[in-house]
Amino acid sequence: MNLFAEAMAWLFAPERYVGGDALQVRIAEHLFYTFVSVLIAALIAIPLGYFIGHTGRGREIAIGVSGAARAIPSFGLILLLVLLIGVTQKPLAAVIAFVLLGIPSILAGAYSGLEAIDRRTVDAARAVGMTEWQILWKVEIPLGLPLLIGGLRSATLQIVATVTLAAYIGLGGIGGYIIAGLALRRFDQMLGAALVIVALALVLDGVFALAERLVVPRGVAAGRSPDVRTRSPRARAVAESSAK
Amino acid sequence: MNWLGNNLDLILDLSIEHIRLSILPIVLGFVISIPIGWLAYRFKLTRGLLLTLAGLLFTIPSLALLVILPPLLGISALSDANLTIALTIYAVAIMARSVADALGSVDPAVRQSATAVGYGSWRRFWAVEFPLAGPVILAGLRVAAVSTISLVTVGILIGTESLGYLFTNGYQRGIIVEILAGVVMVVVIALVVDYLLVLLGRAVMPWTRKQKPVRPQYERANAVGGGA
Repeated sequence: MNLFAEAMAWLFAPERYVGGDALQVRIAEHLFYTFVSVLIAALIAIPLGYFIGHTGRGREIAIGVSGAARAIPSFGLILLLVLLIGVTQKPLAAVIAFVLLGIPSILAGAYSGLEAIDRRTVDAARAVGMTEWQILWKVEIPLGLPLLIGGLRSATLQIVATVTLAAYIGLGGIGGYIIAGLALRRFDQMLGAALVIVALALVLDGVFALAERLVVPRGVAAGRSPDVRTRSPRARAVAESSAK
Repeated sequence: MNWLGNNLDLILDLSIEHIRLSILPIVLGFVISIPIGWLAYRFKLTRGLLLTLAGLLFTIPSLALLVILPPLLGISALSDANLTIALTIYAVAIMARSVADALGSVDPAVRQSATAVGYGSWRRFWAVEFPLAGPVILAGLRVAAVSTISLVTVGILIGTESLGYLFTNGYQRGIIVEILAGVVMVVVIALVVDYLLVLLGRAVMPWTRKQKPVRPQYERANAVGGGA
């Protein structure tokens, strides 16, 4: 536990907050790379996801791609892209890697948000004379928003984690302290930085969790994760059998 | 391409090492997530507590976890145990939720029928609920397996050799083929293990052969903080 005290000492040392290697600079870099990448990924994935969700076309491909993407080691992908694009273009290569890693989650969030909507709701919208655009904007997008934000949440957290690894190529960010600490065997620095990264991830996760709740339209329960056991099995069995 | 021809042995050795490092976290994650998932399914209080905790563990970036665990547990940062424990934590975080969801998906009428014909709760769990929850648990296991195999590569940063060695070595030497070989081998191993798990599922759950397999929920799993 002594090391944790040392990490705190490192974290709160006055010199931590001055100069080019200051903690706030590193946090800003980390957030900058994260937000830029999530934004670009969202601009690509959301329209595509809505197209898939609205038309139902290309769904199998999207699922297959999301699945296969999961297996790609992101650390390897960053290093590969840096060598392919050129070591002088490290930030560009890294952002491309982050965007590629963020797309599957956002895509899945976008189309599954539309898919989760009761077909009768969409049919009802069509029946009252809404055009396809109106159905998308006034019915499908608002109802699918919680799941879309869930996808953005996954992508953001994954990119935060990957930006940490990208410090290996000298991209900066909070991971830079860890990579430098590894070489210098500065365990207080590594641990202090790791705690900052965890705090950052938890704060971002909390913000998205809040947003997911806030965007649920009034009177709608869909999009919230179903609670497995909110009622006793007996009450549930009775409710289900009487419903049939 | 010369590099590839001269280093097939190295790739093979690292692949075997990679698989060795992946197996324990996947198996441990599966075994540990069953009681935890059951607790999360069974009681409302533990459900909120455990699933929130799993969600939070999920968000911790892998490199940070690998740095925090050693001083916390008093182990060496460079030991295999560090990587194994970190990956087991991620696997449990993924699978605890799917076990809880899986047990919740069992038809309550079936559960009550089992009780009615005299199953005690222990035997009912293993003979009725657990097998019926199997397909959904398997979906979670597949996600955990693929993510574990991909995450093993991060271990190279703390000195655990796996296919991740090809990434750092290839980067330092500027050999694109070397990194590519590493990425391709990780993906191949992940897809093969995923397929083997599907086959295993069909073997031990013969009644699911005609059903459509439960699709792994990649959307959720993408939240793995490791993501690397």
